[in-house]
Amino acid sequence: MWKTILRRVLLMIPQIIILSLFVFILAKMMPGDPFTGLINPQTSASQIAQIRQEAGLNDPWPVQYFRWVGNALHGNFGLSYQFHKPVIDLISERAVNTLYLAVFSVILTYLISIPLGIWAGRYQGSLIDNSIQFYNFVSISVPSFVWYLLAIALFGFVWHIFPTSGSVSVQASGFIGVTLSRLYHIILPGVLIALMSTAGNIQYLRSGIIDNQLEDYVRTARSKGVPERVVFNKHILRNSLLPIAAFFGNVITGLLGGSVFAETIFSYPGMGKLFIDSVQARDYSVMTALIVMYGFLTLLGNLLSDIIMSIVDPRIRID
Amino acid sequence: MDTSDELLLDIQHLHTAFRVHDEFFDAVDDVSLTLHKNEILALVGESGSGKSTLATSIIGLHNPRNTRVTGDIMYNELNLVGLNEALFNRIRGNDIGMIFQDPLAALNPLMRIGEQIAESLVYHTKLNESERNARVLELLDQVGIPDPALTAHQYPHELSGGMRQRVIIAIAIACKPPIIIADEPTTALDVTIQAQILDLLEDIQKEIGSGILLITHDLGVVAETADTVAVMYSGQIVEQGSVYQVFDNPLHPYTRSLLRSMPQADQDDEELHVIQGTVPSLVDMQRTGDRFAPRIPWMPASSHEENPVLHEVEPGHLVRCTCYKTFYFPDDKQPAAAGAGSSQNASEGE
Repeated sequence: MWKTILRRVLLMIPQIIILSLFVFILAKMMPGDPFTGLINPQTSASQIAQIRQEAGLNDPWPVQYFRWVGNALHGNFGLSYQFHKPVIDLISERAVNTLYLAVFSVILTYLISIPLGIWAGRYQGSLIDNSIQFYNFVSISVPSFVWYLLAIALFGFVWHIFPTSGSVSVQASGFIGVTLSRLYHIILPGVLIALMSTAGNIQYLRSGIIDNQLEDYVRTARSKGVPERVVFNKHILRNSLLPIAAFFGNVITGLLGGSVFAETIFSYPGMGKLFIDSVQARDYSVMTALIVMYGFLTLLGNLLSDIIMSIVDPRIRID
Repeated sequence: MDTSDELLLDIQHLHTAFRVHDEFFDAVDDVSLTLHKNEILALVGESGSGKSTLATSIIGLHNPRNTRVTGDIMYNELNLVGLNEALFNRIRGNDIGMIFQDPLAALNPLMRIGEQIAESLVYHTKLNESERNARVLELLDQVGIPDPALTAHQYPHELSGGMRQRVIIAIAIACKPPIIIADEPTTALDVTIQAQILDLLEDIQKEIGSGILLITHDLGVVAETADTVAVMYSGQIVEQGSVYQVFDNPLHPYTRSLLRSMPQADQDDEELHVIQGTVPSLVDMQRTGDRFAPRIPWMPASSHEENPVLHEVEPGHLVRCTCYKTFYFPDDKQPAAAGAGSSQNASEGE
């Protein structure tokens, strides 16, 4: 098994290289550059040309690419043109914010979706099931940003219950004060993200329970005289949780990815917002680093999912 | 047949109805049967004849929302029809063991073999964990698993079909139940494995003295293992008797057709007999007259009883309807007289 995992990790290297090449070329093909429209109008054309020259933007793109890769291999992803900070510092700063929000919303997602999925599956066709199905339908078919905007309008501007932007209040001081303020800022986006991402889990769990109830091994368990409660937990539910476990690896690595929509709308300074901002500002170094990182996280998530599956399902072996 | 043995199960006028579009239809229609200690009772019929439904009714595994069971299933003064779940859970596994058809599907893919066998012991015995493990190894050995300690730690997908069926049998006999229901235990297996599994069933029966209800559509299996036979068609028993009575002197047209449909190893020049038509579905089934009549259309309506009942033609040998008296196969040279013996010799040349 370890051999296979090592091989899978090594296989990621060429995949990441190809991804980075694509991203780099596409970024260069975008019109404009980081200095477009950002430089003082009084700056003369020759000065702009000089800045561009110093930033290395006039070099042929292969030269730029290999310079970037060479630096990246030394852990240096360059400076953000926009924030004048090392990309690494910028990302780690934002990653912490995103991690808080993501952990909160992912835990909440499972806390909501697992009981609802179990209810819907167990009481198939009942009023509870129909209500849960309606909620699923709404959360899937209405775009999430509609609810995000509605929530900001109501809880932020009308009722003034939650802050509408940021990750921590400026006045907060001390460890406890800062932590509480952080928590206060992630409640609204966190709850909304969680409410909008339950549909998949609920549906998988619901249909898993409905299907597995009819399986022969469930009948075998009943024929042994196993009480119904134990039949459900040990035989039906365990088998129904497999598809949810199959995604868990991607969920873990996804914690760092951040949500582009939610973070942008809630002005939450996380990875998703950093990504959108860097695209809008043509901040090549940040953008490229982020996409390569997302690519790596996805590959790692797939591997983690496979490992998790091999642990929970004896029929699946990695080798 | 040795009916002098203790009566285990006394089924009287059992009806099992399924709900289809808010209407109940009898899948098992007025079935009466008895099962004794040390007896192997074979229940024979095509798919859809109601034999598995009957078995499921005995062990009480029908979904009560869509099923209605009426009549009596007496087990030791206890009527299993309408028995409450808590009490039934004490009977299932402990007094009635069930062996299922598809040995892969019947085992939980996520649980080790040992765990699945021990589960029954958890609810019916006071054994502690190490005693249970010892009993699991004993059971695996008893059903002929070569390396019980290894198999107990394996998962179902790691075993072959025959091994899995042995495990299913080990589960069914874990608490030495007096009644074993085997629902087509050999259907999913290779012919060579089938024989082994049947031998195993017989050995186990001798060892613990259970009564076995063997559900099958394989008449070869019946001839080889059963003591008594009940032939079912469309939810009713059409012929019943000892295995000698039914095989040596099959009377009901359905029994005779079934026997005729069996391939004969020594007669390779003959085409297989096919019973015309199919078993009617639950909803389309005719409820009056002889239910088998549509499949023997050459028989005049006058040969059937209006409300066919079981007639005792000799002690213990029952047959439904009177049409057996004049029944013949149209491709026979001359109509066979009633009770003319086996129909296998009724071959014709081209």
